[in-house]
Amino acid sequence: MENKYVGKSELRVDAYGKVTGIAKYTADLAPKDCYIAKVLHSTIANGEVVKVDIEEAKKVKGVIKIFTCFDVPDIEFPVAGHPYSLDPSHRDIADRKLLNKRIRFYGDDVAAVVAEDEVAAAKALRKIKVEYKEYPVFTTAREGLSKDATPLHPNLFKDNVIAHIDFKTSPDFDYVKAKEEAIKQYGKENLIELEKNVKTPLISHSHLELPVSYAYVDVNGKITVVASTQIPHIVRRCVAHALGVPMGKVRIIKPYIGGGFGNKQDVLYEPLNAWLTTKVNGHPVLLEISREETIVGTRTRHRMDGDIKAVCTKDGKLLFRKLTNYVANGGYASHGNSITAKCAGIFKNLYKNPLGCSSEAYTVYTNSPVSGAMRAYGVPQAVSFAETLVDDLCHLGGFDPYKFRMDNIVEEGFSDGAVKFYTYGLKKAMEIGKNHIKWDEKRDKYKNQDGRYRNGVGMCAFMYQTAVYPISLETAGVRMIMNQDGSIQMQLGATEIGQGADTVFSQIAAETTGISLDKIYIISTQDTDVTPYDSGAYGSRQSYVTGNAVYHCGLLLKETILKYAVHMKPEYKLEDLDVSDNFVVLKKNGDKILSMSEVATTAIYEKDGVNQQIRAELTTETKTNTFASGCCFVDLTVDVELGKIKINDIINVHDSGTILNPSLAIAQVHGGMSMSLGYGLSEEMLVDKKTGKVLNDNWLDYKIPTAMDSPDFNVEFVVMKDPTGGYGNKALGEPPAVPPAVAVRNAILQATGCMLNDFPLTSQKLVEKFKEQGLIK
Amino acid sequence: MFDIKWFHEAESVKDAIEKLKSDNDAEIISGGTDVLIWVRDGKYAGKALVSIHNLNELKGISLESNGNVIIKPSTTFYNITNNDIIKKCIPSLGEAVDMVGGPQTRQTGTIGGNICNGATSAESASTMVALDAEIHLEGANGNRVVKISDWYTGPGKTVRDRCEVVTKFVIKKENYEGFVGHYIKYGKRNAMEIATLGCSVLVKLDSSKTKIEDVKIAYGVAAPTPIRAKSAEEFAKGKHFNENLLKEFGEKALSDCNPRDSWRASKVFREHLIVMLAKDALREAIKKAGGKIDG
Repeated sequence: MENKYVGKSELRVDAYGKVTGIAKYTADLAPKDCYIAKVLHSTIANGEVVKVDIEEAKKVKGVIKIFTCFDVPDIEFPVAGHPYSLDPSHRDIADRKLLNKRIRFYGDDVAAVVAEDEVAAAKALRKIKVEYKEYPVFTTAREGLSKDATPLHPNLFKDNVIAHIDFKTSPDFDYVKAKEEAIKQYGKENLIELEKNVKTPLISHSHLELPVSYAYVDVNGKITVVASTQIPHIVRRCVAHALGVPMGKVRIIKPYIGGGFGNKQDVLYEPLNAWLTTKVNGHPVLLEISREETIVGTRTRHRMDGDIKAVCTKDGKLLFRKLTNYVANGGYASHGNSITAKCAGIFKNLYKNPLGCSSEAYTVYTNSPVSGAMRAYGVPQAVSFAETLVDDLCHLGGFDPYKFRMDNIVEEGFSDGAVKFYTYGLKKAMEIGKNHIKWDEKRDKYKNQDGRYRNGVGMCAFMYQTAVYPISLETAGVRMIMNQDGSIQMQLGATEIGQGADTVFSQIAAETTGISLDKIYIISTQDTDVTPYDSGAYGSRQSYVTGNAVYHCGLLLKETILKYAVHMKPEYKLEDLDVSDNFVVLKKNGDKILSMSEVATTAIYEKDGVNQQIRAELTTETKTNTFASGCCFVDLTVDVELGKIKINDIINVHDSGTILNPSLAIAQVHGGMSMSLGYGLSEEMLVDKKTGKVLNDNWLDYKIPTAMDSPDFNVEFVVMKDPTGGYGNKALGEPPAVPPAVAVRNAILQATGCMLNDFPLTSQKLVEKFKEQGLIK
Repeated sequence: MFDIKWFHEAESVKDAIEKLKSDNDAEIISGGTDVLIWVRDGKYAGKALVSIHNLNELKGISLESNGNVIIKPSTTFYNITNNDIIKKCIPSLGEAVDMVGGPQTRQTGTIGGNICNGATSAESASTMVALDAEIHLEGANGNRVVKISDWYTGPGKTVRDRCEVVTKFVIKKENYEGFVGHYIKYGKRNAMEIATLGCSVLVKLDSSKTKIEDVKIAYGVAAPTPIRAKSAEEFAKGKHFNENLLKEFGEKALSDCNPRDSWRASKVFREHLIVMLAKDALREAIKKAGGKIDG
């Protein structure tokens, strides 16, 4: 039977509210009499605070209190947005305090001012004097590995290595041995070997709403924080940890938020603000950091620096590969090695490795901005390694990159032991992309060009885990409760962060219960005192994991409705009934038996009856995880003299199972493609090597593509119902941000013959390369 | 909230000057697209502001009987671009200021602020330098006229005294009549951008449309201040044009420039752009003037 709601482009449930401004965000909700808090940041990258002089600052009119790194609790706490692990060895690294004496990056938090208004707080900040003891600065992972680098967290690690991993296809894989084997099997003269290095940029998420919270102590003594976060339940745990109070003492409320992209999958300033309010008698304190502070001091996409080598045969069979990845993590661990590990896994899994693969990595503390989760969690970097490697091999061997991928890429049914392609649409996606871009015709037409303007087509493929099981817990809690008129409130721990989660959950609920979409009232706000547990928005997990929970809760609610209907009409049997369009109906002919409001009203008011409000509540754990995949194809023109790229045509094709809401899905892909083009061409935080200072900490100098830089984005889906999802959907939240950057890079390779490996591919880097390769005389 | 000592809405230029004199912390604000940013980032925190934003005597564009174009300083970029006199006499200036930031900035920002902030990257600056604009100022000690070639003293610095108000820019007829201009803003993106290099060319062709009778070229960000590349101008004057000449024109221009190395762009890259943009801007200007370029 055809779905009524799932798979339809239903209007966002919050569309009118957001467009008209009725939807309230954290700062809109803050009480008028809030104190304002501001944070003083270090002006060195590595060292210790010797003394903080606040005497002059205290005299500023309007200052309530000033706190320094010498005043905060002696507790180190974790900030990563992961569910708690009962296994101590799998817990997030607790390596920061509310304010820090030991300075690990330029911009570390040293002191905080609470004042009556913003001007007083800013004035006071300017009057605080800090004395430091400085240590030599190191900003890259390779420097961090050197014996000379000061260990940044000596109480936790003897050196700066957070983790060293090596994911291998088999425990005894060795690159040298694989090469000997290849020579034996194919003969040295029939092999092509390539060694290269790829660097990926330090990226700022660039959500519109800045990290903001207001905190107060409620009448019941609860430390309450209203915060712009993706992960309210995790924030509660980390705030309790940081303040050394029991979890029940902390309450987190999450209203509508203006984007997060993973930055708000970390606990940011909520713990500090929670502590500040306790220090000013529970008076509400608003802490909204600036864009500059957000860029420098929250989280970033990891800079990765990968040495890659591989061997293929001269007839285009990819034999074995090795990646050694040096990952700069910044001054604190945040998500630590998890992102590196995801990158390593995808690099290894994306291709068949008949003679093996090793994906080795070092995640290293550095005196640079802290890296954490960002949309697609290490996978943009993984394809920057894997997919530039493939096109370079094709360039050297004269292979067609499309055919090479068709022959060598991961196959249907692949499982890495934990995650599996339960449905597989990768090759179909590549075929759609190839046809859209007119690959064969253009690859041929764009051969051997010269002159100022040169065209190229390029592609990039990827695969992506749909959730985080079995690495982490995947539970989701849902509550549905029926009103007298037969409508329901639905409450979840999962968060709407702009991606449209509330809308697809409502669609799933309507589809499953038989209650029409207009009668499903989703409660968008999460409040940890009220809302069931869900880890939150990350990992492209919610539509899959929480979607499953909504599906099962919907079935349970329907069963409860039907049981009550049978109680009211004993002449019918439970198995003969269904709910459709707000009526209890006979399955066989659709005859209406009872309206939903009759059932709901009777259930509530029936004297001497069963006396219940019809409701359902459950928590499900999702113990499957399925691979999504897809690709991007690009046609572009390079202005060789000016190093400018013009994208003529671009398409993302996604294998994401059932598409729950096509309009929302397409918009999700558009946003991801734009994000990836920023990664590919213009976005990077520049960190001064000597001081560790971020040079471009604002949106003038940090170059997000504007509408004027964005081509028209084309989107296609390979729709297959995945057997593991409630309605057959797979990951789509993050994957769109994976492939465009590398497709662009590979198209530039076709256009110019130049292998560019240092993302982003800015005009200056292009011109330098073109000069080096003799394209510009 | 802005950290402002006091704010005064001036009633006249004279009133503005008096208020500026009354307090050493006082600065002029017009569109505010620079000043409010400086207040926010601390550089101007605690400054007193004298607003000339609402002074009608400082707004508008007119054509004098002698053919000179007068641009009042509080005219916004948007109003310059869409002004009929500018469209007719100096369209390339209107095109240049249409590349400032984004629509909001162009609706609010003014040419007076753009020239008075002393920025080498200012969108109007290179074209105004190519046009040999005159800057008229009124101060406590009377009025004076400064040639734009004498205006800039360093990055972000001009000869304007803190208490002086620019009352008008004059572009003389002989400096625009018969010239056709083209401005190229080279940035890392196509909007919300500060120029990596700006290049403004004005060219006058002979009647056969094959020869350059006169040419002027000015750059932003090719040196600490906006500059003219006079060697290139002298070289090209009176010559028949072709692709080779364009290239040599660019190379000559480079000898007049002194770009710096910064994290925004390397000196070598800016030097490359100086040559390339001169060539492209002159080519476009020649095309607009009706010339055809061979090979």
